[in-house]
Amino acid sequence: MRNLIAFISKYSFFFLFLILEVFAFYLLFRNNNFQRTVFLNSTNKVSGNIYESYSEWTDYLDLSVVNQQLAKENSRLRENQIKAYQRLFGENIMVNDTIYKRKYFYTKAKVINNSINKQNNYITLDIGASNGVKKGMGVIGPSGVVGVVKDVSTHFSSVLSVLHRSAKISARLKNTNYFGSMQWNGENYQVGMLLDIPNHVDISKGDTIETSGYSATFPEGIVLGTILGFEKPDGENFYDISIKFINDFKHLTHVYVVKNNYQLEQQSLEEKSEEQND
Amino acid sequence: MIRQFIGYPLQFILLVIVQVLVLNNIQFSGYVNPFLYILFVLWLPIETPKWLVLLLSMALGLAVDVFSDTLGMHMSASIFLGFCRPYILNVLAPRDGYELNQKPSIQDLGFSWFVTYSSMCVLVHHVFLFFVEVFRFSEPFSTLGRSIASTVFTLILILITQFFYYNAEGRK
Repeated sequence: MRNLIAFISKYSFFFLFLILEVFAFYLLFRNNNFQRTVFLNSTNKVSGNIYESYSEWTDYLDLSVVNQQLAKENSRLRENQIKAYQRLFGENIMVNDTIYKRKYFYTKAKVINNSINKQNNYITLDIGASNGVKKGMGVIGPSGVVGVVKDVSTHFSSVLSVLHRSAKISARLKNTNYFGSMQWNGENYQVGMLLDIPNHVDISKGDTIETSGYSATFPEGIVLGTILGFEKPDGENFYDISIKFINDFKHLTHVYVVKNNYQLEQQSLEEKSEEQND
Repeated sequence: MIRQFIGYPLQFILLVIVQVLVLNNIQFSGYVNPFLYILFVLWLPIETPKWLVLLLSMALGLAVDVFSDTLGMHMSASIFLGFCRPYILNVLAPRDGYELNQKPSIQDLGFSWFVTYSSMCVLVHHVFLFFVEVFRFSEPFSTLGRSIASTVFTLILILITQFFYYNAEGRK
């Protein structure tokens, strides 16, 4: 403290000069428009740069909010996609002004619990019956099928993941339209199996597998994965195809629950005809 | 001593009035402005305390600013001049130092000394003033040129005033 006082008194002349000069500049900026605007502009440049790099950092903190907004927007866009609509009646008949009637609805949901390392994996979503989720609805992620809703509570829903021993998803080869069912053997969370593709079909590694749309759970044409490898077992008519999921089940955060408006209708019709056959 | 107490305030008022009413209206080709009022700071006795010089030059600049509607501009430049004056006096000090009661004027210290002294002071003040007026460093040479031209003009005015004063003193 004594040193400080000594320092100040030693340079008192200089400090007096500084104080007076600061006062003079204060008056200058207060009272002269030109100097003030120049001063403010240059300080704005400096502070603008600081704020810009600051916001580059803080942007990371907002990523979750931004993600949510993007997911919301995506679900809105998916709803507007032509795939969400289905032609009503035949090709040429127009009823009033509706050619297309909405078939699929997408609701965005957040994964709040997930596992990949069990034999039977389930995913929990943060929406439930109060959001219109029902048992049997499909769940898709940003890049492909995630699972099927198994149980619903008021605010949550439990999804039977594709990574479940009893999960069966109707799938087809993208170009040939031969369809089979996709299952998981419980080993690698990135690899699944495609069964029931007859062995006369021409397939090759890297072919895309997508949903067939037969099950009324998923719209057709949603990507499941690509062919990783295949073999023809002796004495069987079907390939053993292993496929690589495109979805990274380990990093699922935002998914969409698909509601098919005609699922009930389709299923009841199919059940009816099956019963009649029996 | 009493003459000083009356003389200096009178100088102050006279210089400000001349500056505000006459010289502020002179603008050669829109560039060159004479600022004679700093003669007051130049003429202060050598042994004036440094802080007093600062305060007096602040008051001087403020007075000019109030009348020319540029609050703070002349004030900052004058304060800077008051800050630099002791150092300039130090640099120009004769080998044996200043004598008691010497004034920084032609009579006491000679013509060449006074010209060096006042040109340094005026240059310091004008460069500061013009840079504050323009308030950017983007065209330093244009601003510098203006301040040097004005310095020459102010210097001529200061010498003329000094000679008038000298003659008036001599006649007494």
